[in-house]
Amino acid sequence: MDFSWGERNEAFRREVRVFLAEHYPPDLEETVYRTGVSHDDGFVRALAERGWVAPGWAREGHRVLDRFQQHILKTEMTRVDAPTYALETTIMVARVIDKAGSDRLKADVLPRVLRGEAMIALGMTEPDAGSDVAAITTRARRDGDDWIVDGQKMFTTNAHITDFVFLLVRTSHDKPRHKGLTTFLLPMDLPGIETQAVHTLSGERTNIVFLSGVQLEDRWRIGEIDGGWSALMLALQDEHSAAFSPHLSRLIEEVEAWAANGHDDRRPLDDPDTRVRIARWATALEVGELLEARTVWMESFGRVPIAEGPMSKLFSTEAIVRAAEDLTELVGPDALRSKLDPSAVQDGRIEHALRFSLGTTIYAGTSEIQRTIIAQHACGLPR
Amino acid sequence: VDLALSDEQSALVASIGDLLGTHSSPAGVRNAEETGFDGGLWASLREFGIIEMGVDEAVGGWGATLLDLCLTAEQIGAALAAVPVVEVQCAARLLSRLPEPASLLEAVLAGDCLVTLAVRPPTAGVLSLVPAAGVADRVIAYDGQRLISVGVDDENRTRVQNLASAPLADVRLDGLTELAIGTTAAKAFERALDEWLTLTAAALTGAATSAHRMTCEYATVRRTWDAAIGSYQGVAHPLADSATAIDGARLLVHKAAMALEHDDSRARELAAMAFAFATETARDATYQAVHLHGGVGFTLEHDAQLYYRRARGWARVWGEPRAAYRRAADARYGAA
Repeated sequence: MDFSWGERNEAFRREVRVFLAEHYPPDLEETVYRTGVSHDDGFVRALAERGWVAPGWAREGHRVLDRFQQHILKTEMTRVDAPTYALETTIMVARVIDKAGSDRLKADVLPRVLRGEAMIALGMTEPDAGSDVAAITTRARRDGDDWIVDGQKMFTTNAHITDFVFLLVRTSHDKPRHKGLTTFLLPMDLPGIETQAVHTLSGERTNIVFLSGVQLEDRWRIGEIDGGWSALMLALQDEHSAAFSPHLSRLIEEVEAWAANGHDDRRPLDDPDTRVRIARWATALEVGELLEARTVWMESFGRVPIAEGPMSKLFSTEAIVRAAEDLTELVGPDALRSKLDPSAVQDGRIEHALRFSLGTTIYAGTSEIQRTIIAQHACGLPR
Repeated sequence: VDLALSDEQSALVASIGDLLGTHSSPAGVRNAEETGFDGGLWASLREFGIIEMGVDEAVGGWGATLLDLCLTAEQIGAALAAVPVVEVQCAARLLSRLPEPASLLEAVLAGDCLVTLAVRPPTAGVLSLVPAAGVADRVIAYDGQRLISVGVDDENRTRVQNLASAPLADVRLDGLTELAIGTTAAKAFERALDEWLTLTAAALTGAATSAHRMTCEYATVRRTWDAAIGSYQGVAHPLADSATAIDGARLLVHKAAMALEHDDSRARELAAMAFAFATETARDATYQAVHLHGGVGFTLEHDAQLYYRRARGWARVWGEPRAAYRRAADARYGAA
């Protein structure tokens, strides 16, 4: 048994940190926060130059990072809130296109994606369908060789800047709900598409996309007609590898820095209660990192962490929510000072952690969905 | 990162499992409730080499790693086995690391002297609620300055009936021997305590695992309103939380054991964290075991209470999770 990442991987971690210090300066961090948009063309191009767009994707002329280094790259970028969300959704969809798309679609889209030049947002959820994705009602009906799409897509984060949206629609109404779905890659410059901003507690901007009579050529279809469910499952396979513990790591780091400074000639870190509270969340961080490392380790030799991935996501995100609540209470009234307010404690990162935490137990599968998967696959409980 | 057990470790787990399967059972645990000690099982474990395995080859042991001992302790905990394996191993390891390993160690390895570790210092000349002291011949303790060894017999020992049905006793410090003083004494004791915290965390993880498994099995067969209770989210979701925490506790225990084994700078911090987290995890999982079995889980006839009581007792002879978080903070930030 070995819990260390090894010298080679630690050297890689340093390389990533140097890259981030150069390409993710404070003014870009501020722009990302002010706009609520986790994407920056220049940053993604710099990643592409390093070969760090889709680092695990084997392709010609590309040095593939092993599973551990992919994790380290993701961990380090997550820890500093680097603007990678549009890229993550892009690669998730690109992998689906690679596995299920037509040759023409692959040739049209994948080279641009892998150069960091084309971005794709997710268009699955709707106002009346969240975790139960098969409940969607946005429909596409045949019109000669084309399709006419009508409906609404919710939480299409970055859709206002991406080139495409990965669109899940209902194409048959007389089949069981899972069997009448089809996926498309929707070019966002078509007529009939309207994108409206939706602002969230974390400051992140997301969108609602209205689709009315959008005429879509069949060449944008991904996979079989009415075969959208299996395309969707391909997309969700990537979700196991999400790294949430770095957010907790950053929060603890900021609170420790706050506690180590003198306030009214005494340090919070000398107070027994403060020490116990921070140590409790530092312990949760250890556990979160270990559960995360376990999924990466399993994937490194081809095992799918069916219950272990949900355990990792559930534990870290629930810990973030509780830690942010407890630690903002610990810091006291000063933790109310908002990020970017000149008087904010630790540049407002502690306040922001509280706002940010609330989304983590919702997106990428709510805690309730994760617990249900764990109950069935790890505890052997009936559906 | 490699989380797999070696072939030797897998073999160790299998052989301890066989031994416990043959010599320990819920009925055996219940038979030992009065004294907290299963003499037959202890004899079998002695014969297996449970004490020798924990000390270095140079002093007559097998030189097992602390991770190996964690794997053993987890199974002892899972079986709720009424045997003082963790205490004796920790005390023997402490003795073996002293500058002059006392002749006491020979007696311990020969099985002539059952030695245990007092995990808290004495107050007013008394070591209170010393684990395994109800069946021990000798206690190793640290009084703040000296590492001491105290013979135990019915003159200076008062056995205490307790929540965990553990062989706890209050021991009066009569006729003590000094083993070490100053930093040597402090270092030896703190290291032994790190190991005790880690191994107790492993035992707690084992107890949590068994209680959780038993509860999940019940939730799949017990039906209410025409459905297995485990299909209701109010039952399933707490069990999913415990499954997650148990896996996390095990990983953290193993990481702490490896850190201690390699004298890693974070070893003390990780050992305290493992104890705190495993204590909380076992507390929750054994509470669920009682609660989710419903009324029957509250009866003495049912085994759930056996896990519930031990999960609390094994940890609380040293302290609450907050005490362990304090210890972790002291290691992480320096003493306050």
